Amino acid sequence: MEFHQIFTIAGKEFRDRMRNRWVLAVALVFTVFSLAIAYFGGAQQGTVGFRSIEFTIASLVSLVIYLIPLIALLLGFDAIVGERERGSLDLLLSLPITRLELLLGKYLGLAAALTLSTLAGFGLVAVLLYQQFNWAGLFHYGGFMLSSVLLGLAFLSLAVLLSVLTHERTRASGLAIAAWFFFVLVFDLLLLGALVATGGSVGGEAVAYLLLLNPADVFRILNVFSLDDVRTLYGLTSIVPPALAKPWLMGAVMAGWIVLPLGLASWRFKP
Amino acid sequence: MTRNPPPIDLSEPPAIEVQGAHKHYGALHAVDGIDLRVARGEIFGLIGHNGAGKSTLFKMILGLVPATSGEIRVGGATVQGRDFRAARRHLGYLPENVVLYDNLNGLETLHFFARLKGAPLAQCPALLERVGLAGAGKRAVREYSKGMRQRLGFAQALLGEPQVLLLDEPTNGLDPQAIRDFYATLRELQAVGVTIVITSHILAELQERVDRLAILASGKLQALGSVQALREQAHMPLTIELALNDADVPAAVLALAPLQGLTSTAHAGGLTVICPRDAKMAVLGALAPLGTRLRDVNIYEPSLEDVYFDLRKG
Repeated sequence: MEFHQIFTIAGKEFRDRMRNRWVLAVALVFTVFSLAIAYFGGAQQGTVGFRSIEFTIASLVSLVIYLIPLIALLLGFDAIVGERERGSLDLLLSLPITRLELLLGKYLGLAAALTLSTLAGFGLVAVLLYQQFNWAGLFHYGGFMLSSVLLGLAFLSLAVLLSVLTHERTRASGLAIAAWFFFVLVFDLLLLGALVATGGSVGGEAVAYLLLLNPADVFRILNVFSLDDVRTLYGLTSIVPPALAKPWLMGAVMAGWIVLPLGLASWRFKP
Repeated sequence: MTRNPPPIDLSEPPAIEVQGAHKHYGALHAVDGIDLRVARGEIFGLIGHNGAGKSTLFKMILGLVPATSGEIRVGGATVQGRDFRAARRHLGYLPENVVLYDNLNGLETLHFFARLKGAPLAQCPALLERVGLAGAGKRAVREYSKGMRQRLGFAQALLGEPQVLLLDEPTNGLDPQAIRDFYATLRELQAVGVTIVITSHILAELQERVDRLAILASGKLQALGSVQALREQAHMPLTIELALNDADVPAAVLALAPLQGLTSTAHAGGLTVICPRDAKMAVLGALAPLGTRLRDVNIYEPSLEDVYFDLRKG
């Protein structure tokens, strides 16, 4: 493996996203949405204004769980299929570069763009709200930012897999949207439906483990269980066994969600 | 006018060697048993209908597509396996209809590919100049015309001073002057020993410019040789234009009457004779008695296009 080949590809992808202001636009979206949520998040309870860090994080988690997977999927679906449709994939692969290097370069460049916009967007919120936060609060907020980055990287990995498996951009974009619907909207409903239909008699614990099959749920568990107050807000404690309520374990599962789709993509990547 | 092909030395290993190459996609035999040797410093044309297997063969030579069976060597080495990087640094490739990156400018595009190829970045401005884009290096590729994009693609293929160039429809979108410049560059490269394989659908363009060519049909090699050799293989008749005063036409017809297999058509200002290749000298001999009454003679070889369609008819 030659790292300078990976960095050449990654550098181009990253610069492209900086140059077309993608990073800036996404960072601003994160900032604006999270400020709005932090301020108006309590409106349903009849109050507006900034509240505790726990409330803010709990509100942001519900935002991020929709937004980041969508942004990551839209960022990544074009990675390989776009080169294929342009006819430049054959050209790239005719150079002294392996398919794995090309794939990793694409992924790392896009990952850097997504990570930077996530950190910049939410980091700006942290700067704006630092007076409300104490050190412990900032620590938790840092954990939230880190898990948001991981969530983005996991869905980016899925997007690159879809990009490798398809041969037309339109199909890849359709599949990316379908993946978003499935993981973000449908998956939990199916689990809940199964739980309700069986009256909770079948595998209450198994359902909790099934949550690991969805990186969005892993993200939720990761954040919900890092904060006592958030945990009580969600009331989910009862269905997630204590064995899973370990941030390092959930972090490892998330890492699996990053590595596995990429590994599959590398395996299925044909010129 | 036919170019004299340079002497082809088959004693050294050929630049490209394809032996019994097959590529099957299920029931589709995209490449179906091709044997081919391209000598160092040769300009070699590859022609055929769309879907004949040209692009697949290119990709096999580049090592992008593994052969179902058979062996392919470039410069004596395989393009796959452990030494693939070294082999590919000596290859230049221009894919058909490639769209380069709109958001980069010309120079950035070359820099990107030069880094990947391990070629010195310092080559890039000179290459832009070589393809006539010296003034456009700082302009975004988005603003390039089709011909400019194609020239940029060609410059990209020349990065790292490749020993073997594989050019798929390289003149697509070029204007006549650019086509002429393009082939002049190919001849310069040939002079320093670069081997060039080129495809084109514009057969008239290849006719005078390739040393040898291969006709591909349904993944098989249908014919292989110089344009002249293919003409002879095709047994296509020659066309001889005789310029005569109208009064002398009957004498010419009479003179040719003893010869077999000719078709003569009289028209204002002369006679058109279509004759088998081997009857050419007999026709000229039979016309000798006309002396200066025969004002001019032009002999037309069948074009590569005629030969192509004739050979494809089988």
